[in-house]
Amino acid sequence: MALRGPHLLGIEPLAPGEITAILDLAETYVTLNRQPDKHGDALAGLTQINMFFEASTRTQASFEIAGKRLGADVMNMGVAASSVKKGETLIDTAMTLNAMHPDLLVVRHPHSGAVNLLAEKVTCSVLNAGDGRHEHPTQALLDALTIRRAKGRLHRLTVAICGDIAHSRVARSNILLLGRMESRVRLVGPPTLIPAGAAEWGVEVTDRMEEGLDGADVVMMLRLQKERMDGGFIPSEREYYHRFGLDAEKLALAKPDAIVMHPGPMNRGVEIDGTLADDINRSVIQDQVEMGVAVRMAAMDLLARARKARPREVMA
Amino acid sequence: MRVVFRNARLIDPEAGEVRDGALLVEDGAIAALGDAEPAGAEIVDCGGLCLAPGIVDIGVKVSEPGERHKESFRSAGAAAARGGVTTMVTRPDTEPAIDTPETLEFVRRRANEAAPVRVMPMAALTKGRAGREMVEIGFLQDAGAVAFTDCDRVVENTKVFSRALTYARSLGALVIGHPQEPGLSAGAAATSGKFASLKGLPAVSPMAERLGLDRDLGLVEMTGAAYHADQVTTARGLERLARAKAAGLDVTAGISIHHLTLNEFDVGDYRTFFKVKPPLRSETDRVAAVEAVATGLIDVISSMHTPQSEEEKRRPFEEAASGAVALETLLPAALRLHHAGAVDLPGLFRALALNPARRLGLPNGRLAAGAPADLVLFDPDAPFVLDRWALASKSKNTPFDGARMQGRVTGTWVGGKRVFG
Repeated sequence: MALRGPHLLGIEPLAPGEITAILDLAETYVTLNRQPDKHGDALAGLTQINMFFEASTRTQASFEIAGKRLGADVMNMGVAASSVKKGETLIDTAMTLNAMHPDLLVVRHPHSGAVNLLAEKVTCSVLNAGDGRHEHPTQALLDALTIRRAKGRLHRLTVAICGDIAHSRVARSNILLLGRMESRVRLVGPPTLIPAGAAEWGVEVTDRMEEGLDGADVVMMLRLQKERMDGGFIPSEREYYHRFGLDAEKLALAKPDAIVMHPGPMNRGVEIDGTLADDINRSVIQDQVEMGVAVRMAAMDLLARARKARPREVMA
Repeated sequence: MRVVFRNARLIDPEAGEVRDGALLVEDGAIAALGDAEPAGAEIVDCGGLCLAPGIVDIGVKVSEPGERHKESFRSAGAAAARGGVTTMVTRPDTEPAIDTPETLEFVRRRANEAAPVRVMPMAALTKGRAGREMVEIGFLQDAGAVAFTDCDRVVENTKVFSRALTYARSLGALVIGHPQEPGLSAGAAATSGKFASLKGLPAVSPMAERLGLDRDLGLVEMTGAAYHADQVTTARGLERLARAKAAGLDVTAGISIHHLTLNEFDVGDYRTFFKVKPPLRSETDRVAAVEAVATGLIDVISSMHTPQSEEEKRRPFEEAASGAVALETLLPAALRLHHAGAVDLPGLFRALALNPARRLGLPNGRLAAGAPADLVLFDPDAPFVLDRWALASKSKNTPFDGARMQGRVTGTWVGGKRVFG
């Protein structure tokens, strides 16, 4: 199955079949990535530009490796150091790059909806690498692949997403994806970090870890996004850790085979106990990073195929 | 100079009725209602269309001085004439702010030169709209300021605001407030709830409006000032407003046409033309506001006409400028309420013309002998699809682009003189 749209802007527009198609293809890239010779040619001859308006090490590296393994010419644009500082608007930057005929544009931006806006103005495929507090679709897809490999399925699981939901695009994309694949989602966090109206998203909401973790198959911890907080969401990190930090004692409330996830980077001792994060029997955090490359290869591959299948747009 | 408007459906907001008839205008004022047709009078055959008092629009931003590329008195005046707005009550949130008799004089001069409709300027309440010192309310009143407002900036210092209200009271000046709790609403681009949270937009609870009203109305009770809330858009705020009116405070309230005809979901995929201040509300709140217009709890409907350039709107939603142009779409959009059976035509013109004129102490807004002949002739049923590029405003930021609307202005008169149609 191919992707219906020209872009990957979020989980929201994806049908369950499209999600499965990305994950199935990603499985083959997991295999490829474990070979000594990791090269594919699905993106050979294509130009991929990574445009990060917000600092990122992990996601940018993951997209870069994914593109290079499939033969794309990859360019990283550190936008923080570019013309945006000279007052150029997002649209102008996008139009300028578009004139260079890239095929894939990977974009991260601090404002919700910015990637959608940009996608309207360019003729290439756009991948959302995280926009504000809105969506981070490849993160949700890599989480789904990790879960599917650990649990054998994506439906009828209980997934507890814990911590700073309010500032998290990872949470929003995961809620959409897991709901679409018919799993049950619980949001756990202090009420100041639960977004207004979350209870109407078709999820369970609680401010007690005991309640949220009870019988969970997956415990997904989120990073406390200190840089997005203008103060006063929690009284202190130590109280936060005491009430919401994941340690062995709290994890004992989940199913005995429950897995522990974290999108990284971690604040050890704030939202998760360091020893637990490194426990290879429970933590799949390193697997998530591995799946990230495979999922991004699959997503870009499918978008490129969809592009080839469509007649070329006439350039204005 | 006599003009007879014959064969009209007269919309009389004062009497609250619609009747077929004719209207005689003499020397710029309405002389009589009835079928008399004095010899030598010019005849305007209304063809059975609606003839109503011209709209008095409180809160029009003209962008002059400072941002004439967005809107000038000429372009805003043309848009007003085409929209049936015969009096623009202009906002002082220009660059620089209208906060001295000298800047007000500039506005009046430019307006007289360039705008075909009446312009009644408002002045800022505090110098530079900075919320620290009150303006020269007395001098500005003498220069022609009809009300005092810092527009969408809340005077955060309660002591400063209470002094300004006290001083304004002694001069009988009307103060217009923007009910909003500034701490809660800082940085917000949407109304909090399921939708804004899913879209990841910084949002403000609708409670912030109630909290702002609570403070302002407390001060009005304390000072006895005349106070108009520019926009009350939530059910919670309306509750509070009803109590203040019942207690006999000198309080009125307005709302923008957008909050009566659109809701938070219209933002959809980050459509910045739907970004307004305060942000669009839930459907429950919108319905409550429409009901409040019908009962008269909300006194005034206005356009909150706010021109913004394409560049300022073509940005990520959080960064994009707020506001929408609406002088030309005010009446057709308001007629949606009429077509939906929510507010009758006299009720609409009570909120569009009669009440705002009364609140500002103007004789306009009525179909009665002696009132200025500011009139709008319109076909309430004529359908059209709005094309934003066809608007007379220099800025084209309307949320109604491509919308199906019903109701077209076919003629506008100011002081008996035809300015459109």
